[in-house]
Amino acid sequence: MSSKQNREAVIDPLLNNNPIAVQVLGICSALAVTTKLETALVMSLAVIVVVSLSNLAVSTIRNYIPSSIRIIVQLTIIASLVIITDQVLKAYVFDVSKQLSVFVGLIITNCIVMGRAEAYAMANPPLASLLDGVGNGLGYSLLLVIVGAVRELFGAGQLMGVTILPLVRDGGWYPANGLMVLSPAAFFLIGLAIWVIRTMKPELVESE
Amino acid sequence: MADRNSTSYMFFFAGAVCLVCSIFVASSAVALKPKQDANKVVDRQKKVLSVAGLIRAGEELGPDVVAERFEENIVTKVINLDTGEYVDDVDPATYDMRKAAVDPATSVAAPAGNPAKVLRIPNHALVYHVMRDGAVDNLILPMHGKGLWSTLYGFLAVESDAQTVSGIVFYEHAETPGLGGEVDNPRWRSSWKGRKIYGEDGQPKISVIKGAAGSASSDPFRVDGLSGATITSRGVSYLVQFWMGDDGFKPYLDRFTAQGGA
Repeated sequence: MSSKQNREAVIDPLLNNNPIAVQVLGICSALAVTTKLETALVMSLAVIVVVSLSNLAVSTIRNYIPSSIRIIVQLTIIASLVIITDQVLKAYVFDVSKQLSVFVGLIITNCIVMGRAEAYAMANPPLASLLDGVGNGLGYSLLLVIVGAVRELFGAGQLMGVTILPLVRDGGWYPANGLMVLSPAAFFLIGLAIWVIRTMKPELVESE
Repeated sequence: MADRNSTSYMFFFAGAVCLVCSIFVASSAVALKPKQDANKVVDRQKKVLSVAGLIRAGEELGPDVVAERFEENIVTKVINLDTGEYVDDVDPATYDMRKAAVDPATSVAAPAGNPAKVLRIPNHALVYHVMRDGAVDNLILPMHGKGLWSTLYGFLAVESDAQTVSGIVFYEHAETPGLGGEVDNPRWRSSWKGRKIYGEDGQPKISVIKGAAGSASSDPFRVDGLSGATITSRGVSYLVQFWMGDDGFKPYLDRFTAQGGA
């Protein structure tokens, strides 16, 4: 496998094949954890770790997995990785892990993780699969971080908890946009992102 | 390699995957447990401080600062729940109410069918005195009870008149985020401030209602319900009533007021 292909495995999912914006996967968690940039960042990291390690593990044993139980084997591996990630978060970033609550556990059901294991890792060697996992994780993170930053900035006037736009209720000039804190805002922002990406890259638009 | 699709190979493979995965999961859980437990202690201290009004909203504190501020302002006491007297032979630093509540030697069964669904009541309980200028300013009382999915663990802060609520906080629960999970919402929590606990008959009268309650001065015994979380709201209502009642901290609070707040 050439390094060019490896590079593509990482770069491609960022824009051309972004798991959220183009494949429209993993929307559920993208709504829930993006009210603040910090939770979005930690969630992104968790997903990158899980998707790349699960791709690596699945790819390493891909020639030994009996095809009739491959889905459940993938799920077992993913679920174990998620539990370990959750334990690590609870030990080292306790406050954030409390805010993420069930959504770390729900990475198990994040379609991106299983989608990549089934679609890519089952058919490709370990290194390429690892990179594909990192790439898809980064693609997911890119959107999550953008949405998280916009929602925190306009919903609470802050970024990473630091006040950028002083709120009216704290004596500043910025009236907080309550919609941004609610889940629909994430839908609107993801929708806008999909529109922007498709306008920039018309070849992504399906023919009618 | 054996036939990949034979039944015996499948069982062998599934077993091997499970074994490897469980080793990883178990060792991570065991290795990280001490650190997680330490975090929980700091988190609980932080919750005590925040319900006591000693942490401003949005203030970020490191674990050392939390421990120090806790040390400075809070005196932890162990009481006998039944009589309401202080107990001296139990060390408040190591006493674990939740452990005591499961051990039949250190707890009694709660009245059957109590609405808060508390199973056992420990003989001893921790109370936190928030000190200001050498006098007890606030009492912080631990409580727990069943919500919709989970047992909610929290604290109620009561002013030194043993009647006025000054705050409420939950430090552990697994209610639905966005619905029952709104027990963590600062706005809802602040709506408890100034409400009164006991009615004229001396029994807990405070309750979480469905819908909106009036202001603390005009409608002192009722608290706004959480919309979309009827069962959690009801659970909170029952657990506060239970722990403020005769089986909970009422004997202690009666004693506390009788002795002029000591």
